[in-house]
Amino acid sequence: MANEAVITTGVTEAPPRVSEWRRFRRVFLGRILVLIGLILICFFVFIAIFAPLLAPYPPNDPDLASALQQPSAQHLLGTDALGRDTLSRVIYGARTSLMIGLIVVIIATIIGMTLGLVAGYYGGWTYNIIMRFIDALMSFPMILLAMVIAALLGNGMRNVIIALSVAMMPGYARLMCAQVLAVKENDYVTAGRSIGASNLRLMLRHIVPNCLPPLIVLITMQLGSVILAEAGLSFLGIGITPPTPAWGSMVNDGRQYLLTLPILSFAPGLALMLVVFGFNMVGDGLRDALDPRLRGAL
Amino acid sequence: MGRLLEVKNLKTQFKTEGGLVKAVDDVSYYIDEQEIVGVVGESGCGKSVSQLSVMRLINSPGKIVGGQIIFEGQDLLQYEANGPEMRSIRGAKIAMIFQEPMTSLNPVLTIGRQLTEMLELHLGMRGNEARKRAAELLSMVGIPSAESRLDDYPHQFSGGMRQRVMIAMGLSCNPKMLIADEPTTALDVTTQAQLLELMKAMVQRFRSSLVIVTHNLGVVARYAQRIYIMYAGRIVESGYCKDIFRRPRHPYTIGLLKCVPRLDEEEGRKLVPIKGLPPNLINMPPTCAFLPRCPYAVEQCRKEPWPELRLVGNQQYIRCYVNTEERIQ
Repeated sequence: MANEAVITTGVTEAPPRVSEWRRFRRVFLGRILVLIGLILICFFVFIAIFAPLLAPYPPNDPDLASALQQPSAQHLLGTDALGRDTLSRVIYGARTSLMIGLIVVIIATIIGMTLGLVAGYYGGWTYNIIMRFIDALMSFPMILLAMVIAALLGNGMRNVIIALSVAMMPGYARLMCAQVLAVKENDYVTAGRSIGASNLRLMLRHIVPNCLPPLIVLITMQLGSVILAEAGLSFLGIGITPPTPAWGSMVNDGRQYLLTLPILSFAPGLALMLVVFGFNMVGDGLRDALDPRLRGAL
Repeated sequence: MGRLLEVKNLKTQFKTEGGLVKAVDDVSYYIDEQEIVGVVGESGCGKSVSQLSVMRLINSPGKIVGGQIIFEGQDLLQYEANGPEMRSIRGAKIAMIFQEPMTSLNPVLTIGRQLTEMLELHLGMRGNEARKRAAELLSMVGIPSAESRLDDYPHQFSGGMRQRVMIAMGLSCNPKMLIADEPTTALDVTTQAQLLELMKAMVQRFRSSLVIVTHNLGVVARYAQRIYIMYAGRIVESGYCKDIFRRPRHPYTIGLLKCVPRLDEEEGRKLVPIKGLPPNLINMPPTCAFLPRCPYAVEQCRKEPWPELRLVGNQQYIRCYVNTEERIQ
């Protein structure tokens, strides 16, 4: 072809590649607090997974003969009013906390993202109906909403998960909707439509992946809040049913012995604090690492 | 060569808070098979909106309120904008290249993924077959080591390269018509020329028609066979490219040509800008929209509504009362 020569002239080779992944790693792992947070999370995840191997005693077996003991070689963190080993219960409590946190965040993300995506993409009436419903949910304080639902449904792991999922979901829907509204105006969405892509394909392939970075940050941060909220519900007695070990109810149980045996409330409280701190630090790190405005600056 | 596309009395309007914007108002034009046609006008004259209307890509608050878009004998306005019929036409029979190569590729998908998406959607290709075809297309548009670059992301390509990718995507399903909406506006001049040559070569190879939407008269002068000049949502002059450049008849076209430098004329000619601004498309007067800026206006222009297109030469039409040739002399 006569035009072949024209076609291939003047094209330069690809510029040297700056790896996004490497930049991400440098920003993300380059901070001491983020590293500490990551280590804390890994530590608690490890504990939760291997709880049966790590705990010195079964967490739920009462042993009234050795009730309310101070920390000793047998019971490193002492025992509670029923003689159960506090260390074992804190270790098993990590299971409860992390599992509830994870499940709630997954459910809330899936439902919230779907609602936000549909509302943002279709706009108009769909948007109004979905987002007004979300607004209604958001007008209650998150913890209050969770408490009302938990109180209505009654105690138990499943009901706590439902209550917290409903309470957490609006935040994801709101954020996703805002993201979709911005992303769908991009030329590549019109371009995708111009090649004959269907609505579903446009949403799933072109819009959702471009909405994810802020959602990932929110998910990490929310993990901490969910764990805290679960502890709050358990502390108030409308969360996990005893005898399943949960940090919130352990803090509450230890309250009566706060002066004589503070370790009973202090140990689960500290564990709770460390986990939430860990998730928040990692969330902050992710936020900075994924922030496009900081690209090149860090 | 047969008629490929015929647009009749197309009207596209946008409802805004300020009022109704008649972005495209009663526009008729046609494209023949394997023809290169230019659509020229300044920003906001409706040239892009008319093309998006053909693709049925007008989103709310915009709406096509009237007319016919007959493509291969079928009126596209009979179809649902996002229905299966339109989807099977978009990309496969009419493809579009957008102005900003920087933003018209999805940043989170590899180039290969975006190219094979077209092939999957319209030709039913899968896996290695689609990948091979994608690599072929990339090397056809002049991207070196195409096979390995399939796995790169858009940000690893320069603007010119991305527009090449867009051209490859546009032509991947061998469409009957390629609409290029300001394809080179965002690129530097040397890249512009290369890309236009490439596009011309590619549409010849694929036997497609090409519609170039631009505000750059130089671009159409060199590549288009026929041109349509648009102003304020209407076509004000149309005809063969060589006729219009030799003897522009509409005052707006004359004005446009006066403000572009040319190499083939005596030195020292001053460039004359068109005075004033394009009109606000809300609440347009019934008279000629170019009237406030027109140096040739006569009494009739102020009294009577904007005329219909009239024949003034060999297939050359203008929407004007003034016999500009006499007036200039």
